[in-house]
Amino acid sequence: MSAESFAESSATTPSSDAPLLVVNNLKTYFKTDRGLVRAVDGVSFTLERGRTLGVVGESGSGKTVLARSIMGLLPKRDVERSGSVKFEGVELVGADNSLMAQYWGDQMAMVFQDPMTSLNPVMRVGKQITEGLRQHLDISKDHANQTALALLSSVGIPEPERRLRQYPHEMSGGMRQRVMIAIAIACGPKLLFADEPTTALDVTVQAQILDLLQTQQRDRYMAMILVTHDLGVVAGRTDEIAVMYAGKIVEKAPTKVLFSNLRHPYTEALLSSIPKISDPSHTRLKTIGGRPPNLINPPTGCKFSPRCAYATDKCRTEEPPLSAPDSDGHQFSCWFPVELSAKQTSGVR
Amino acid sequence: MAGTGKAHLSQGETVLRIEDLFVEFPVGRSGLKVSAVAGISIDVREGETLGLVGESGCGKSTLGKAIMQIVRANSGHVMFGDIDLMTLQGEELRQTRPRLQMIFQDPISSLNPRRRVGKIVREGLDIWKIGDEASRQAKVLEVLEVVGIDAEAAIGRRPHEFSGGQCQRISIARAVATEPRVIICDEPVSALDVSVQAQILNLLEDMKARYGLTLVFIAHDLAVVKNISDRVAVMYLGKLCEIATPDDLYASPAHPYTAALLSAIPVADPEVNPTLRGGVGGEIPSPLAPPSGCRFRTRCPLATEKCAEEEPQIQEIRPNHFVACHFPLAEGQELPALEANIA
Repeated sequence: MSAESFAESSATTPSSDAPLLVVNNLKTYFKTDRGLVRAVDGVSFTLERGRTLGVVGESGSGKTVLARSIMGLLPKRDVERSGSVKFEGVELVGADNSLMAQYWGDQMAMVFQDPMTSLNPVMRVGKQITEGLRQHLDISKDHANQTALALLSSVGIPEPERRLRQYPHEMSGGMRQRVMIAIAIACGPKLLFADEPTTALDVTVQAQILDLLQTQQRDRYMAMILVTHDLGVVAGRTDEIAVMYAGKIVEKAPTKVLFSNLRHPYTEALLSSIPKISDPSHTRLKTIGGRPPNLINPPTGCKFSPRCAYATDKCRTEEPPLSAPDSDGHQFSCWFPVELSAKQTSGVR
Repeated sequence: MAGTGKAHLSQGETVLRIEDLFVEFPVGRSGLKVSAVAGISIDVREGETLGLVGESGCGKSTLGKAIMQIVRANSGHVMFGDIDLMTLQGEELRQTRPRLQMIFQDPISSLNPRRRVGKIVREGLDIWKIGDEASRQAKVLEVLEVVGIDAEAAIGRRPHEFSGGQCQRISIARAVATEPRVIICDEPVSALDVSVQAQILNLLEDMKARYGLTLVFIAHDLAVVKNISDRVAVMYLGKLCEIATPDDLYASPAHPYTAALLSAIPVADPEVNPTLRGGVGGEIPSPLAPPSGCRFRTRCPLATEKCAEEEPQIQEIRPNHFVACHFPLAEGQELPALEANIA
C-alpha cells in the first residue's frame, strides 16, 4: 500500500469503536540464500483495549517476528509482509516509516529481551526517556525531565534523580529493564509489546519485573502482548494465550480455558516437558521427539505431525485450519484434538 | 544467611570433598577483590547428583571451575578420592583430567567449529592412548549412539551442521568417552528450548545409570535442579545457604533465601495469583562489598541485628537438612512478603 492510500484509508476508517488491534492473515517471509523463510505464516487475532495476550512458543516458532511485524520493525530489504494489521481501524501494513513514527512510542511501544543492547550505551538514561516525550508530546525540557523522574519512581527505581544522570552500564540488568519499561510507557501507549522481557534476568528479579509490567498495564489500561517461551510466565498474568508453532497460531484460548482444557497435542507436549516443582525429583520427563521444523521447507500437512504422537496419514497430507472459536473462545488447529480423558491418562506418548 | 561450617559434610566415603574453598578475583588495578567463592565446604558422594543453585553472581560456576582446577582457588582443599587437586600442578594435574570432565552451558561454542564430530569425541581417547585404533573408533560410535546421535552420519560432520540440542548431546558423548568418575555440568540445559531441555535431562539420567557417573549439576532453574538431583545446595553471594534432599528442601525450605527463590518461580497454573506470593525485593548486593554477618540479611524479611553481627554457621535442623541461618523457618512456616516489594 502506498503512502497516499494509507493516508486515505486512515482518513476514512479510523474509529474509536474499532477493536484496538485486528491482525488478519499476517504473513512475514524472509528471503535468504537458502530459500524463503516463512517466519509468520498467516496469523489472525483481535486484541481489545486493556487486554493482555500471551504469545508462547519455542525458539524459531515466529513469535518475535510476529511482534515485530505488527509493529513494523522489520528490515527494509528481503522481507515480504502481507495481510492486514489494523490499529484502531487504521491499516498499518504498507505504511511507511514516517507514518509509523507517529505510532512508535506514542501509540505502541516495545520492551525488548536484552536491556543492555537495546539501550543506548553512550546516552544518559534520563535523555533516553525524555527523547520520546519531547518527540511526541510537545512539552518543555523541564516538564519532560519532571515526567522522566516520575516515571523512574513509578517503575520502582530508588534515587531516581541520581539514576537519571547515569549511563546504562552503571545499572544492573533488572534496573536496566525497569528503565526500558519507563521508556516504553513514557508517552502512554495503548499497546505494549514485551518480547521475552525477563529471559535475561534472575528468577527473583523476573518476578519483580513481571509484577511491574502487570501493575503498569492495569493502571494505564494498556493492552499488552507478552511474548515468551515460558508458559509459567504467562499463566497468571494474561487474559488469553496464543500458542505458536512454525509461524502459525495452533491454539488460542482464554488463559484458564487453555490450561484446564487444552486441545492441541503440541500445547500438551510443551506443558508436559517442563519439569514441575511439585513433582518428586527424578520424575521422568515427557519429551517431544525431534525438533522444530525447518521454515524453508516445512513439512506438508500439519506442521507438527512429524513430532506428534497422534499423527495419522491425514495429518501428514492435509493441513488442519484454525477452528472457529467455540463458546469459551477456544480455537485450535488439529484434526484429532486431545480429549480431556486422554489428556489426563496418557499425555505424550 | 550464607554461612560457613562443615556440619553437613559426610563422615563416609566421598568422591569429591571440598573444604574451606576461597576463590578471589582482583578487580582491575583497584586493589579490590571479589570473593566469588567465600569459604565453601561441600562433598559429593559416589553415584549421586549434587545440584548447585543460586542467582547469577552467586559463585556457582566459579565453584564448578575451581573443582576442575580451571580456576585455581586461593585457599582450601579439593579432595578427589584421596588426592588434593589443589596441591597438584602440571603433569600430575593433567593425569586427573580423564576422570573429571565438564559439560558447558553453550553447546555450540564449546565444540571446536573446525573439527569433525568424530575427532572431537575421539580426542580424549587419542591423547590418553586408551585402547587401540579399532577400539577407539568403536568407543566413539558407541557413545554417539548412546546419546542419540546417528554416529555413522555424524562423525564426518562439523558442529555447525547440528542444532543446539544435538551439540549438547555431542558434548555429553565427548565427556563420557574417557569413562570419567565425575562430570561437572555447568548450566547444561539453560541455552536450550524446553522440549530439548527435557530430552537432555532424561539423557543425563540415562548416562548416569549406564556409566555409573557422579554429577555436579549447576543451574539457576530450581525446577530443573529438583528434577535431576539427589541433594541440592543453595548458594548466595559466594556462600552456602542450605543443603538438603530435593523433596525436603522444596517442600519445607528452612532458609529465607531458599523460600524466596521458590516463591519467585513462575507456576504454569492460572489459578495461582503470582503477585500475591512472597518474594524478595532488591537485587544481589555487590560482591565487592558483601554485607557483614549473614550475606542475605539486606534482602531478608526476618533479619535482625544478630544477622549483621554474626555469620551463621551451618547446622543440621532435620536429618540430612542443613541450613546456615540464625532464624531458620520451621516446617510449614511461610516467608512474610516484603513491604518493600515495590514492583
